[in-house]
Amino acid sequence: MSTAIEIRSAVKRYGTTTALHSISLEIADNEFFTLLGPSGCGKTTLLRCIAGFEDLNEGEIRLFGRDIARLDPNHRPVNTVFQQYALFPHMTVLENVAFGLKMKGMGLADRTARAGKMLEMVHLSAFANRMPAQLSGGQQQRVALARALAPEPKVLLLDEPLSALDLKLRQAMRVELKTLQEQSGITFVFVTHDQEEALTMSDRIAVMSQGRVQQVGSARDIYEAPVNRFVADFIGETNLLEVTVDTVSGAVAKVTLPGGQKITCPAAQGVMPGKHHLSIRPERISLAAEGELEAVVERIVYLGTDLQILTHLTTGEAFHVRMQNLARIALPAPGDRVALQIEEGAARLLAD
Amino acid sequence: MAGMAPESGTGGGGKAGLGYRKLIGPLLVPTWVMIGIFLVLPVMLMAVYSFLTKEFRGGVVWDFTLAAYDQFFLNRGLFGDEPPVIEWTYITIFWRSIWQAAVATLICLAVGFPTAWFIATRPPKSRAIWLFLITVPYWVNLLIRTVSLKFLIRDNGPLNESLMAIGLISDPLPLVNTNLAVQLGLFYSYLPFMVLPIYAAVERYNFALSEAAADLYASRWVTLREIVLPVVKPGIIAGCILVFVPSLGAFLAPDLLGGAKTFMIGSLIDEQFRGSQGNWPFGAAAAMILMTLVLIVLMVYARAQNKAEAR
Repeated sequence: MSTAIEIRSAVKRYGTTTALHSISLEIADNEFFTLLGPSGCGKTTLLRCIAGFEDLNEGEIRLFGRDIARLDPNHRPVNTVFQQYALFPHMTVLENVAFGLKMKGMGLADRTARAGKMLEMVHLSAFANRMPAQLSGGQQQRVALARALAPEPKVLLLDEPLSALDLKLRQAMRVELKTLQEQSGITFVFVTHDQEEALTMSDRIAVMSQGRVQQVGSARDIYEAPVNRFVADFIGETNLLEVTVDTVSGAVAKVTLPGGQKITCPAAQGVMPGKHHLSIRPERISLAAEGELEAVVERIVYLGTDLQILTHLTTGEAFHVRMQNLARIALPAPGDRVALQIEEGAARLLAD
Repeated sequence: MAGMAPESGTGGGGKAGLGYRKLIGPLLVPTWVMIGIFLVLPVMLMAVYSFLTKEFRGGVVWDFTLAAYDQFFLNRGLFGDEPPVIEWTYITIFWRSIWQAAVATLICLAVGFPTAWFIATRPPKSRAIWLFLITVPYWVNLLIRTVSLKFLIRDNGPLNESLMAIGLISDPLPLVNTNLAVQLGLFYSYLPFMVLPIYAAVERYNFALSEAAADLYASRWVTLREIVLPVVKPGIIAGCILVFVPSLGAFLAPDLLGGAKTFMIGSLIDEQFRGSQGNWPFGAAAAMILMTLVLIVLMVYARAQNKAEAR
């Protein structure tokens, strides 16, 4: 697979604050790549640097091998779907979609035909002659998508395009976007702070925090094999326990749990013997007669499909367990002492 | 009634909203009274006076006649007994006024748009300071400002003196009593009326639109032409109207900075109500013709605008 975008040691500073600390990434052709992180992590800045709205202070951005980092946005063959859509309010829907084609010098008849096809694709043919203000949020979003796709970019940049939509629409659009990406064969670079959005759509995800890429991997990689506390905590729910690492051999470590029990577990790269954090997903623990940890039940939270059991380990740390709400399960009562069994391989030792 | 912010569109909703709507009528009474006394009544008086007969030492005789309008448009010879031909004197003055006002408006636009753009793109805090600075000259009376301008540009004023001192010119530039001086005066008087509405429009402008245009391969120049100008157009139009209309009727700048060759409508009307040389019905008729002209321009514009919106 060829590389669509290659970012090398990208640095962006605003005055004395550094928004991007030497970021390097490779995004493959035809990939649905997501930049995920909390607000202020630099994900939007990175996207804007790729689009050309911001200039890098240092580093390169290569698009299919060509350095584009110093080009003006109108000379970069990428298109963007903006967070608030940024539709041109004085143009009809059709004119909006045809704008990029017009700028590329396509004749009126050709661009009208192509824009019409794009509107068909997003099921908005009936709205071609409306003004953007006459459309609902979801419709505007699809116009923005059609407008950005019309000039057939090699790479489409999407800046939190679903964040302004309500939940139902957002969920439907996730599927539509993913299908569209697969059918068109265009590389999508998608920015979001919503981990569920990232997990459901992406081929690969770059988790960002404080201007740095923390981890790059598939949804499964970053959920099941987080490299550090930030990733483990940001993606899904987890229990973080401070443990003592006795020995490390390759990707496996022997650790001593707070209660004194010893277990063997997979470890992230760079773990040395000493104090480290162990991440244990709450759904991969079960209540059993015997287990590696001992806890006292504090409260049981009913979540419909799931139950959340909030406990305290006998050594004091808060710990929660999630289980499916099945009729046959006998539930403990608050105050009960329970043993917690960690699923094979479910505990993961983190680098920091 | 604190906290009842006038919400537009969807309405306040609930009891508060309904109460607010009931209050609108009474709250508008002062406005209607003001408009009635200071706008409708004077215009009606003016209309009536334009059809009266001139009294010898100013004032009017209550005999209804079309003489004022006749005098404006037609020339019947020195003794009024020749076959009428079109009287060009006043039409020329009108045409000159329109021209002067149009040039002043264009200069205001050329200077005002970048100024408004500059202010609107400053950080919010310094924006307030810039806007404040724009209004500072207006603390001084217009008459005094216009006279000062004359002192600045006269033959031995600081402008000519300094230009001669650095050897750029050997004789003073004849600035006073020229069209240029009048246009300069109008520009100076009305620039803020151009800056403020454009500022308001640019301040509301969503700069993501410019980014979107650049993203879709538009150059800066094309973005300005295809996106920025159409979106802020209402502000530009408002500014042009606010400058053009008062420029058209202005009499201070033409009087003080211009000469006989730059005589404008405002001065013509002004003259008709001064002392024994005056002619009240004729002044009123000229004012009515000016007003009609302005109204026609505005109505044509409003119609074009409605058509564009109905598209």
